Amino acid sequence: MRLAAMFLAAGSLLAAGAAQAQTPAAPLAVKIGVLNDQSGLYADLGGPGSVWAAKKAVADFLATPAGKNLKVDVVFADHQNKADVGTAIARQWFDVDGVDVILDVPNSGVALAVNQVAKEKNKVFINSGAAASDLTGKACTPNTVHWTYDTWALANGTGKAITKNGGDTWFFITADYAFGHALERDTAAVVAANGGKVVGQVRVPLNNADFSSFLLQAQSSKAKIIGLANAGGDTINSIKQAAEYGIVEGGQKLAGLLIFLSDVNSLGLKTAQGLTLTEAWYWDMTDENRAFAKEFAAANRGVHPTMVHAGVYAGTLHYLKAVAALGADKDGAAVVAEMKKLPTDDKLFGKGEIRADGRQIHPMFLFEVKKPSESKYPYDYYTLKATIPANEAFRPLSESECPLVKKS
Amino acid sequence: MFELLGIAPQALFGQLLLGLINGAFYAILSLGLAVIFGLLNVINFTHGAQYMMGAFGAWMLLNYVGIPFWGALVLSPIIVAIIGMVIERTLLRRLYHLDHLYGLLLTFGLGLIIEGLFRRQYGSSGLPYNNPLPGGTNLGFMFLPNYRAFVVVFSLAICIGTWFVIERTKLGSYLRAATERPDLVQAFGIDVPRMITLTYGFGVGLAALAGVLAAPAYQVSPTMGSNLIIVVFAVVVIGGMGSIMGAIVTGFGLGLVEGLTKVFYPEASSTVIFVIMAIVLLVKPAGLFGTVK
Amino acid sequence: MSTTSSPAALAGGPASTGGVLRLVGAAIALALLIAAPLAIYPVFLMKVLCFALFACAFNLLLGYVGLLSFGHAMFFGGAAYICAHAVKNWGLTPELGILAGVAFAALLGLVAGLLAIRRLGIYFAMVTLALAQMFFFFCLQARFTGGEDGLQGVPRRAVFGLIDITKDLNLYYVVLAIFVIGFAIIYRTIHSPFGQVLKAIRENEPRAISLGYRVNQYKLLAFVLSAALAGLAGATKAIVFQLASLTDVAWQMSGEVILMTLVGGMGTVLGPVVGAGIIVTMQNYLAGFGEWVLVIQGVIFVVVVSLFRRGLVGEVIALFSRQKPGAPAGH
Repeated sequence: MRLAAMFLAAGSLLAAGAAQAQTPAAPLAVKIGVLNDQSGLYADLGGPGSVWAAKKAVADFLATPAGKNLKVDVVFADHQNKADVGTAIARQWFDVDGVDVILDVPNSGVALAVNQVAKEKNKVFINSGAAASDLTGKACTPNTVHWTYDTWALANGTGKAITKNGGDTWFFITADYAFGHALERDTAAVVAANGGKVVGQVRVPLNNADFSSFLLQAQSSKAKIIGLANAGGDTINSIKQAAEYGIVEGGQKLAGLLIFLSDVNSLGLKTAQGLTLTEAWYWDMTDENRAFAKEFAAANRGVHPTMVHAGVYAGTLHYLKAVAALGADKDGAAVVAEMKKLPTDDKLFGKGEIRADGRQIHPMFLFEVKKPSESKYPYDYYTLKATIPANEAFRPLSESECPLVKKS
Repeated sequence: MFELLGIAPQALFGQLLLGLINGAFYAILSLGLAVIFGLLNVINFTHGAQYMMGAFGAWMLLNYVGIPFWGALVLSPIIVAIIGMVIERTLLRRLYHLDHLYGLLLTFGLGLIIEGLFRRQYGSSGLPYNNPLPGGTNLGFMFLPNYRAFVVVFSLAICIGTWFVIERTKLGSYLRAATERPDLVQAFGIDVPRMITLTYGFGVGLAALAGVLAAPAYQVSPTMGSNLIIVVFAVVVIGGMGSIMGAIVTGFGLGLVEGLTKVFYPEASSTVIFVIMAIVLLVKPAGLFGTVK
Repeated sequence: MSTTSSPAALAGGPASTGGVLRLVGAAIALALLIAAPLAIYPVFLMKVLCFALFACAFNLLLGYVGLLSFGHAMFFGGAAYICAHAVKNWGLTPELGILAGVAFAALLGLVAGLLAIRRLGIYFAMVTLALAQMFFFFCLQARFTGGEDGLQGVPRRAVFGLIDITKDLNLYYVVLAIFVIGFAIIYRTIHSPFGQVLKAIRENEPRAISLGYRVNQYKLLAFVLSAALAGLAGATKAIVFQLASLTDVAWQMSGEVILMTLVGGMGTVLGPVVGAGIIVTMQNYLAGFGEWVLVIQGVIFVVVVSLFRRGLVGEVIALFSRQKPGAPAGH
């Protein structure tokens, strides 16, 4: 039975491949694959919400005149945060299912792996969910666009704005692996460049539940700012325990280097208040953002969109624009080149551009988490503290390690 | 920076206290494992999931029924224990006549199911649970949150109480006898199967209790148990499961060792317990308090 | 060390009529495997083969020595890292990279085995789990593994400088060859005098000791062999997917290989292969239901342990030998 099912599945895949050979008169068929974590650690910041955002972008684009001649399908899958599962799905999508572009892909490990596959198969990869700045650095390819944020932008935004506002001594609580080290290194460089000083740091193994010991070390360092160079559950536990030890009341401030709206929601304002963080997009900033969030919430059990969702929406829209302008979608590098040529313009991120290294450029924002008493309605979490203009928000091309940039 | 000699004695004292708090969780969890293993000869791999259920139980009682932490401290372990006893009656019981490994595998599978269901329902990023005892005392060398102080005292009381019941009371003597010769105890007219069920329930209840205690300190999340349980397994291997006191002492002791590692070499704090386990295996394979079975 | 697994023992072929039947069966299976990529996506098939070999290596320990290792991910993933590192950063060819991975896994198996076989049964399971967790943290923190990012973009160089494996189909036949070699080693081990001693230890260890066998040496050798073969599977997987990541060393991976072996039938030669096929297929086609994968795996665990302890292949064999009481219970 299992064998039969496998043959059946294989057969239908072959059929799908055959159907894809199109005649010029028929509308251009585009297949979009949203590949992310549907159930694990990153499901709340991307997950099913990203699929909704991609579908929303498709619907919005097909309603415009430019969308007349397109026929767009959206499929999705769960990579379970495993790089091998992610690449297997990506290969199968590209090889047999006729997927033209993969979107979202949180989790740097999976994103870097999919990045390779997209280049090998000459398809398109538009990342919104992953933090790795290598995607537009060392590992950049002519087939990849990185939309929403990256570690460099977060480190730069948070580090610079806080140091300039007087938070000039820092203590880092760093997750002890490549990601944490990178985040700490980048932030420390920004702090130093802006006249601040790093007075100490502690390297903490991943998935450490108890941060009291490290928080006490941070406390006795007398640093004004405690930078949390970690992610997910580690960040949440360190913030929660900082509240318990009265760190914020003691006059020190916490700076989360990788925190999303969904994390603040799960912490609750009582614990998260006063936290400073950088995001690329917040739902309660413009009327259009609010309209998007309202529709999103209605379709997602009241959950409000994160910047990753917004990035998937904007990335999908811009991709479709490029495909419509080209009138073709099979040559991935050509589509990405067109995406870079066209200025980006959508209702969520406004006007921007995609640089030669694949980095999409837009302003970043520094927020402070509100006190419970200041929050008037659901998801009313942030106060805007500073805007980092687009030309300062991302790693300058002059510092880029991307081979695409060097040769030009 | 924190050089080896740069640590003031007071700071060291503070860190030791923190280690003790951490050890309290290890102690309660390994105690629960030891109690279950003593009578059932099963390593309860669901222990981590049951710890998580305890924390979620507290969260649900608060958010769905409005019962605060102190009520949940009693209710949540009882509810989880009842679920545990149902599992014992319906599933675990069928495996007693087989190799003990099947019990391990069954409870492993149950753990996956429970974790998966909670993930499906509540997502992975976790839920907030407010501290029932905010504030703290400045001890001069450190700021001790009231809640942490409560955890240490409370868990010590639970551990010693359990030890007392099992080692010093009549009920405990039945239990210990049933561990050695269930057939003989049965012949004396004691309902051994019921005793097994209740013991499993008690062990599971301890896990859930640790979960409730963890809820205000850590994030309540579906994955909170699966990482912890492996460390607790190492604790159990180090201590050996021969004695109740052994489980308690090893739990607190390793908490202290881990606390010290966090000061002197934080990078190794997640592995130090495993290293100790390897050394103990080389020197005393049966564990510090164990007897070769 | 024992000399029972000598080349002489390995060379002895099957002689009985059952043996002929088995040969024919093996030939048909091989033919099917050779033809398979015509109908099924080769990358998927390669994944199945890698996990099938992994499960067979694990089964050698669980099914034939009765040792439940809860830490086999460390050999699988460790070899994957070493192989990926050797090929990517040292510029080795894939076959040398795989050999390096296998050698590392064997060495790691020797160290872990020396510690773990000091305890029996449940303790053995817990010790291997703890050791694997320690190794996981090592991989997470070590510089060369790339932490959460893993080792990416492992090049697919020509095997022996001859076979171009950038094409999935060519690579498939290389992987198939590796699988067949690994499988043959396991098969020969089980049916050698060495394998007989292992089974004797499984059935009654005190008796094996009283018969004068140095039980611990046998166990250790079996452990190292199992680790090396798990490493072979892991290293091959690193070449196929061109990456090595934390997934391969995490404790969930150790759980998955147990599940595969249980579902297929532990202690049977074919069981782990069937089990790996089922579980990998399930993971592949349930990718859209991500949140349920964990629950389904748990349910399978519970159902198999409660009701079908012999596993699929085990049940079939049992059925077969019940209908024909004269026939050997065969493997």
